[in-house]
Amino acid sequence: MELVLTKNIRPEGEPLTLAEYEQAGGYEALRRALGMSPQEVQRMVTEANLLGRGGAGFPTGRKWASVPMGERARTPKYFVVNADEMEPGAMKDRLLLEGDPHQLIEGIIISAYAVEASQAYIFLRWEYRLAARRLVSALSQAYHHNRLGRRLLGSSFSLDIHVHLSGGRYMCGEAEALLSALEGRRAVPRSKPPYPTVCGLWGKPTVVNNVETVCNIPHIVKHGPEWFRSLSLTDEGGTKLYGVSGRVKRPGVWELPMGTPIRRLLDDHADGMQDGYGFRALLPGGGSTAFVLEEHLDTPMDFASMEAIGTRLGTGTMIVMDDRTCPVGMVRGLEGFFARESCGWCTPCREGLPWVARTLEALEAGDGRPEDLETLDHHARWLRMGHTFCALAPGAMMPLASALKHFRAEFESHIGARCPWS
Amino acid sequence: MPTIYVDGKPYEVAEEGKNLLDACLSLGFDIPYFCWHPAMHSAGACRQCAVKLFRDEADTRGQIVMACMTPVTEGVRISIADPEAVAFRASVIEWLMVNHPHDCPVCDEGGECHLQDMTVMTGHVRRRHRFRKRTHRNQHLGPLLHHEMNRCIQCFRCVRFYQEVTGGRDLDVFGWHDGIYFGRHEDGVLESPFAGNLAEVCPTGVFTDKTFKRHYTRPWDLQTAPAVCVHCGLGCNTIPGERYGLLRRIRNRFNAHVNGFFLCDRGRFGYEFVNSDRRLREPLLRGEDGELHPAGLAETMERLRAILQAGEAIGIGSPRASMETNFALREFVGAESFHDGTSRLDHDLMETIRTVLLKGPGRSASVQDVAEADAVLVLGEDVQNTAPLLALSLRKAVVQQAIGIAQRLNIHLYHDSAVREAIQQDTGPLFIATPDETPLDDIATLTYRRAPDDIARLGLAVANFIDPAAPRPDGLDGETEGLAGRIADELWNAERPLVVCGYGCGSRSVIEAATNVVCALERLGKDASLACTVPECNSMGLALMGARDPGSAIEAVRSGRARALVIAENDLFRRMRASDAEALLSGAEHVVVLDHLANRTAERAEVVLPAATFAECTGTFVNSEGRGQRSIQTFVPEGSVQASWRWLGRMIALRDGLAERPWGALDDLLAALARAVPVCARIRDLVPPSSYRLHGQRVPRQSPRYSGRAAVHAHEDVREVAPPLDPDSPMSFTMEGYGGQPPSALIARFWAPGWNSPQAVTKFERGVAGPLQGGDPGRRLIEPEDRNRLCYAGHIPPFEPRPDEWLAVPAYHVFGSEELSAATPAVATLTPAAYLGLSPHDAERMQVEEGQELGLDVEHEVHPLPMRLRPQLPPGVVTVPLGLPGLEGLELPTWVKLVVPGLSERALRT
Amino acid sequence: MLTDRERQRIEAEVRLYPHPRAAVPEALKIVQDHRGWVPDEAVREIAELLGLSPATVDSTATFYNMILREPTGRHVIFICDNVSCWVTGYHAIRDHLCERLGVALGETTEDKRFTLLPAACLGECDRAPAMLIDGDVYGNLTPEMLNDILARYD
Ligand SMILES: Cc1cc2nc3c(=O)[nH]c(=O)nc-3n(C[C@H](O)[C@H](O)[C@H](O)COP(=O)(O)O)c2cc1C
Ligand code: SF4
Ligand code: FES
Repeated sequence: MELVLTKNIRPEGEPLTLAEYEQAGGYEALRRALGMSPQEVQRMVTEANLLGRGGAGFPTGRKWASVPMGERARTPKYFVVNADEMEPGAMKDRLLLEGDPHQLIEGIIISAYAVEASQAYIFLRWEYRLAARRLVSALSQAYHHNRLGRRLLGSSFSLDIHVHLSGGRYMCGEAEALLSALEGRRAVPRSKPPYPTVCGLWGKPTVVNNVETVCNIPHIVKHGPEWFRSLSLTDEGGTKLYGVSGRVKRPGVWELPMGTPIRRLLDDHADGMQDGYGFRALLPGGGSTAFVLEEHLDTPMDFASMEAIGTRLGTGTMIVMDDRTCPVGMVRGLEGFFARESCGWCTPCREGLPWVARTLEALEAGDGRPEDLETLDHHARWLRMGHTFCALAPGAMMPLASALKHFRAEFESHIGARCPWS
Repeated sequence: MPTIYVDGKPYEVAEEGKNLLDACLSLGFDIPYFCWHPAMHSAGACRQCAVKLFRDEADTRGQIVMACMTPVTEGVRISIADPEAVAFRASVIEWLMVNHPHDCPVCDEGGECHLQDMTVMTGHVRRRHRFRKRTHRNQHLGPLLHHEMNRCIQCFRCVRFYQEVTGGRDLDVFGWHDGIYFGRHEDGVLESPFAGNLAEVCPTGVFTDKTFKRHYTRPWDLQTAPAVCVHCGLGCNTIPGERYGLLRRIRNRFNAHVNGFFLCDRGRFGYEFVNSDRRLREPLLRGEDGELHPAGLAETMERLRAILQAGEAIGIGSPRASMETNFALREFVGAESFHDGTSRLDHDLMETIRTVLLKGPGRSASVQDVAEADAVLVLGEDVQNTAPLLALSLRKAVVQQAIGIAQRLNIHLYHDSAVREAIQQDTGPLFIATPDETPLDDIATLTYRRAPDDIARLGLAVANFIDPAAPRPDGLDGETEGLAGRIADELWNAERPLVVCGYGCGSRSVIEAATNVVCALERLGKDASLACTVPECNSMGLALMGARDPGSAIEAVRSGRARALVIAENDLFRRMRASDAEALLSGAEHVVVLDHLANRTAERAEVVLPAATFAECTGTFVNSEGRGQRSIQTFVPEGSVQASWRWLGRMIALRDGLAERPWGALDDLLAALARAVPVCARIRDLVPPSSYRLHGQRVPRQSPRYSGRAAVHAHEDVREVAPPLDPDSPMSFTMEGYGGQPPSALIARFWAPGWNSPQAVTKFERGVAGPLQGGDPGRRLIEPEDRNRLCYAGHIPPFEPRPDEWLAVPAYHVFGSEELSAATPAVATLTPAAYLGLSPHDAERMQVEEGQELGLDVEHEVHPLPMRLRPQLPPGVVTVPLGLPGLEGLELPTWVKLVVPGLSERALRT
Repeated sequence: MLTDRERQRIEAEVRLYPHPRAAVPEALKIVQDHRGWVPDEAVREIAELLGLSPATVDSTATFYNMILREPTGRHVIFICDNVSCWVTGYHAIRDHLCERLGVALGETTEDKRFTLLPAACLGECDRAPAMLIDGDVYGNLTPEMLNDILARYD
């Protein structure tokens, strides 16, 4: 299979320099894009059916098309790369950031061009120090060679890119909260509408896209939408970075056609479970997705198919739960994380998640009571999209709700007894 | 008018562009909410206002939405009663209660707590959360507000109010998840002079009134009445609360034209002078020993008779006394002998303001009109310190134009955070021209720091840019010229341009220049308005009534024409130069003083009569807009305290040998006033007459929950004491009476079944935040006669600094500059120490340092004052905090000398 | 007092944004870089430098978990307690660290050498369990490796 995003990545090695990147065909797409109108670039991306890789799977072309263009738009417009990657289990953007910074930079320039943004920020999580160093060095090369800055590559287009290191909070990954964070405020989400594409950073039109999403852009422009769609096994275009972690033999991240079935990933790439550990279930796309059981392992990993089996593709980085791990404990760990990361703005999330986490703690510690399951069901029911202000709490409920469904017996066995796994 | 369907029934919604919560509350439905507030709109944080929204008639499942975040659209179908919505709302309360301490029995908010109301409304009764509650440390926030963070339900109203409504920057939210904390970066006094509103804005007991706490009583045990604030010229509407003869607190009384939902802290916390040890409660007579002694009524009347028969009297009224008192005094002495008791300068300023507002061109703007202005020029006024609440209106005004940005982005205006995110820093235009910096500079488009005459010249130049027929000041510098052009453009391009001026820098030229600007705009067809601040709560009323200046009073005394001086509610030493006050007091043979508190003027009297305060008698005040408003007595005072006008009525009867006082009750006096002062005729109709009854009943001052009535007097008499009768209003001093909503001018509390908190106000309004049902109380008494009248003022020479003198201009402080509130402990502790403000330029030339003591030499009287650097003050100008202890009665601006006390009293030369 | 170096770095950051407030997180991190944590007086100084109120700066500072508003040891260990690490042996690592250092999570050793803090997922799930010391990432941890690693930080 053809590697697209990771083609240039040298495991454990330094990333390509600007010269090396260009030798490998880099910045050709940018030249091409600059010869097209922004709308034409947008159209290509729409036709490629690139779905946002940040987790929600929103069509990138559609997002861009909602940006006010031309004279009537309020300026400056901003393009923001979401490189916050704090979803539990996610580690895919890091690979792209560290492995091929120029690919991302080229993607940003083309994307910014397509929406007529003149300023771009890469919102990078604090812990990604190596990525930060490599990005800063790649950016300075790009500036030095006029791939960035005023009238880049001799065109009439100008763009600046800055790296913004996050202060650290899961919440910052949520696109609107990210904008608040970039403005130096608390990372509290904003209400929609208006969408950031109309009223975003400092009140100006702003596009937020995930790292992996942006890295796809040069390839779409270079090879065309048809080619891009043909990379996929389903009708959601492109390749996808998939990851596997947990008690498998070979945890890791791989670039594979979009729609690769789960089992292929588990068996062919992660080499199956470690000796002595059996498969119980997995969270397919990070901590805020619902558990998938054995029976669904042949499902293609794309947005639509995952949704059809009641879960989400999310980040596409799966976490395997083995048969020696207590589901209550695993969910407890996750909910503790979500409770800690709630921004505190809306009531159900701020007060509900800690209640859930404490209830699970009590269960795990052998202090469970029969009504605890009622409490957990109550939250799984009420912390839904639309009930809370943003998607954090609803996301947090996905593993809980599915665990309550699939592992009810395990939950019940914790009531009035110590955790059978400890 | 869109139609919406609520639980299957159609309703018409009065306005477009509203949200469902707003619309449903207006229709009289009960939907619980927390983060939404009628003045701050929607945030979407608490998730309490959930309702079911249906796509169309066929949709039976529906979807839960937040009513406050969902727009009213034609034909929209919602359900409040939907079981799922009901269950979700109960769940939200359950979450909010997870960490709430349930300490209602010891909480000051108990009984008027929005959280209590909403909890009852959702029916949440059973606690399921079985883990520990989080706890917080409270902060010391100063003398006005008590902080109890454990009660917090994180609705974010406090920070939204504090930052967005008042512009305060020292209250914020800290931390994250369920540990978020609302407070200051560190313990300390809250900086905003509007912080007190937090006690009403907070839906539970996190921020409560600390002065109330010191003499707490359950809120339902308070006797209350509709009153008007007496601490500045704006006339905010208030609700004082009394029990056991003590005035215990002040709350806001909504008035859509005046104060809206908020008060300033001077108005809210300035009330305790009513309870002061310095209160005069019995008549005092000067004895043979030369001292004042308490005296009985008969003895007092005897002495008064002797005085009044001895010869002619002149009357000194007061801008802080009611229309009734000033009029009674005028009746007593005759219009020719009635003086307003202010300085020559203040008299002149008020004459100017009165003329401008009565004759034209500008229509006076109400406090809420100011909030709607879309371009503002402030000439010479430190608004927040001279007319505090007007500052909140200006903060609203600066987003008027920017709101257009939000509208173009299809953002609903109720969507508060979205509007702010769209607007960001794009506020204005607001231009502030003052001698020194002001607390509103943070929202100013541009500021201009000059001496008053130069500020007036800027105004003239603006007028000339707009209308070349207006006179042009000669010799303008480039900065002023450029600024004037820019201001003229902005005012010209606006739809509702406004000029603000007033008494603040003590300059008639400034007021005239402001008039020129309005005049120019009006002449060219713009609908411009003018807001003039006035010094005190009835300055405008007094000016409308017409009173003579202090010079003529001094003349009358000096010439021996007047032998007696009757002073009503006026400490002359605060309002005029000491030399003038002295001339009056020592020139007259007999001095009669009526007042609330012992003060320097009362000390000089032969007879002192204890006068009722605003809370103890009914009276009328005319605010700076020219709006007449009635303040109704809250409680019957102890001792011989009476309304000054009642004392004066007695004195007339005494002098003229009448069997009865000329006016038995307030309505009689008002009838006489209406006849004598036609411009004030409408003040008769501000409140229904005292004979008015609703279903045969009076309007009660006490709530139906008022407790222990029989026990209140038990220490005196175990039988229930008959309540006093009120001859001056249709209200009763009991809990009996008409239980429904009275006419707006008689609203003693905002309460509705299930709504015990101030949020009940919605039930009294025509639409949320709209006017009170039946119209807001108060009437405008003045409209400009002729808006096209050409009244251009002419030439003003530029300010010329002098080599050995400084122009001292007044500085004002919310806390301390006003007489009555300054006698209140909480306000006194916040009053800054007197100082002398100097520009760094002058400080450097004179080689004096911050804090160093300088002598301020005003006409050879030297006041020692520590120097404070005022970085923006122009050279040659100093500021003096007028009215602060030791600095009363100065007539500013005036030229002064500065001396360094250490340096052999040598005048400093520059 | 902000040092000249801190001040310069903060001012450079301010230039990257249309409004100084956007530089707040970075300014806090710069101070933390130099001093290990952000004391109250630094909050006030940053506020003054950026023309903001201390409350505004602190409101932001106390939101983010990488801004440390309490003194720390010379080295800060962030141990990932998230799901992949949890599944692959977080407990053993945490217990070993706590025992070795004689502290509980959230505490600083008596000799002020280490502070041990929990962290959100470090994006090292393929090398779980993982931790971070002063910005250096360590993955595929076993209790046996820890003594060696700790020895590198004095
Ligand atoms: C709580 C929360 C955390 C998120 N974290 C991330 C993240 O770390 N990285 C990311 O790209 N998207 C994250 N998202 C999704 C973003 O909100 C947004 O959808 C995405 O960045 C858009 O990019 P895309 O269209 O390219 O997918 C998060 C969403 C939520 C609700
Ligand atoms: S669901 Fe609510 S509290 Fe939770 S992160 Fe989103 S906005 Fe904040
Ligand atoms: S009032 Fe609607 S969400 Fe708070």
